[in-house]
Amino acid sequence: MALSDQELKEIAYLARISVKEESLPSLKKELEDILGLFKQLDEANTSEVNAMSHPLDLSQPTRKDEVTEEDLRDELLKNAPSVKSGLFLVPKVIDGEN
Amino acid sequence: MKNYSENWEAVIGLEIHVQLSTKSKLFSGASTDFGALPNTQACNIDLAMPGVLPVLNEEVLKMAVKLGKALNAEINSPTSFARKNYFYPDSPKGYQISQMDKPIVENGYLDIETENGGKRIGVTRAHLEEDAGKSLHDDFEGQSGIDLNRAGTPLLEIVSEPEINTPEEAVAYLKSIHSIIRYLEISDGNMAEGSMRCDANVSVRKIGEEKLGTRTETKNVNSFRFVEKAIQYEIERQIHEIESGNKITQETRLYDSQANTTRPMRSKEFANDYRYFPEPDLLPVNLEKEFIEEVLATMPEMPTEKKERFVSEFSLSQYDADLLAADKDIAEFFEEVTKVSNSPKLSANWIMGELSAELNNENLNIKESKVSSNKLGQLISRIEDGTISGKIAKDIFEKIWTTGKEVDDIIKEEGLEQVTDDKEIELMIDEVIENNPQQLEQYRSGKDRLFGFFVGQVMKASQGKANPKQVNDILKSKLEK
Repeated sequence: MALSDQELKEIAYLARISVKEESLPSLKKELEDILGLFKQLDEANTSEVNAMSHPLDLSQPTRKDEVTEEDLRDELLKNAPSVKSGLFLVPKVIDGEN
Repeated sequence: MKNYSENWEAVIGLEIHVQLSTKSKLFSGASTDFGALPNTQACNIDLAMPGVLPVLNEEVLKMAVKLGKALNAEINSPTSFARKNYFYPDSPKGYQISQMDKPIVENGYLDIETENGGKRIGVTRAHLEEDAGKSLHDDFEGQSGIDLNRAGTPLLEIVSEPEINTPEEAVAYLKSIHSIIRYLEISDGNMAEGSMRCDANVSVRKIGEEKLGTRTETKNVNSFRFVEKAIQYEIERQIHEIESGNKITQETRLYDSQANTTRPMRSKEFANDYRYFPEPDLLPVNLEKEFIEEVLATMPEMPTEKKERFVSEFSLSQYDADLLAADKDIAEFFEEVTKVSNSPKLSANWIMGELSAELNNENLNIKESKVSSNKLGQLISRIEDGTISGKIAKDIFEKIWTTGKEVDDIIKEEGLEQVTDDKEIELMIDEVIENNPQQLEQYRSGKDRLFGFFVGQVMKASQGKANPKQVNDILKSKLEK
């Protein structure tokens, strides 16, 4: 499973990981090895096996629809580098996206 | 923009996000109330603090099962959650918990009606997901403000098949979904406040062409009227582009309601690679048969059923029944009025006429009506039993609206009872005839339309209180003499 440099850069961008040009070859090798392991799974015959989305054979527990959390704003805002009027401040977001 | 030729057809699919009206969030116990101070309803889980785990709100499962039933769809069990990965400041986790492979609702349909008749629109799926927070772009010294109160609020995203072909069909489909979610009481469906949001996927192709054209996705459409206009604009734009020899770019566009145009959003480089994978923090959800049956036992009568009942039980016309049944509150009000008035047709007319005019006038919804269903029912029953005329009833309606008084009190205090005594009416008629010898002569020499003049004079003399039918009958016999 060969990865191009371009694919590698895109994957890094999507995960917001900054990758130095000189570490690309070794990173590429590591990722290709991992993909190779997944490739190996293709050899197993899974025609009789149901898709599994979780290793635990249990059903998700649920909770009642009740408000149990109180307002912790003042405390939680203390974690942020920049706040104003009860808002978290972040670098300007491009208008209209999302 | 020029009108496009008839050789083109549009292919439209809608993605509707419905905010569920739970008390608490999808995966946390924080409140979902609208309009709270910023970040006062955003807890550790919503903020994705280290070590927190999502715990599923049972109520959303019930809501989704009900919606699935109303959309004639299958309910998947087990249903599972997936992570949709993207980075944006209003999503603190760096991913949205959504559903991919096993959405809770799948393979349904909805029957809609437009001027061109009925049509069945397939519903591909409806899946649960969390809403994002809000970015405020006002000036915070060049920065954006983030309010995470909305983060984690439960949404159902309802995805239609691309089987809609006109803006009118899109609106009919959207209105039908709106009606259903209001009937089920799973959302307030308020488009202006964003509890129901619609994205439209639109492409065009020459009629007869098999292959779909390149589609665009138009976002930010927050009213029924704008959905119609935005899609109309987008269809015309795409046809114009292709006919001018240009290609359509697959992109996301924003609708600008002020200018009635759509414009491309700045595209993110690899925006659509969300790298979905199964959510490891949540197990698949098994919906037991008993659970589903219990939920379905609480299903209310749905708009289509109600409409049919209004036609069969109350002999209303299809048109009236459709108008009344589309909105749950109006339908309930109508039934309350009818129970008191015993006259479904007249009740329907009053609700869609006088009442809705007053409500529009003062920008109120039917629950805020200043004439209660009980009072309107009484008023109509007084028309039915002949106590007052329909014309007087309109004046009384105005008085109830402004004073809140009882119907019978107003009738008594102002002496508004209809005059139904033949003798009394005869006296009034005699007087009118006596006072208008000229008109009488003209009428008798063939000017038939003066009959209306006499009726008007008699009604005026009775201050609108004479029973119109009796006036007609007696007047006719007197004038013919």
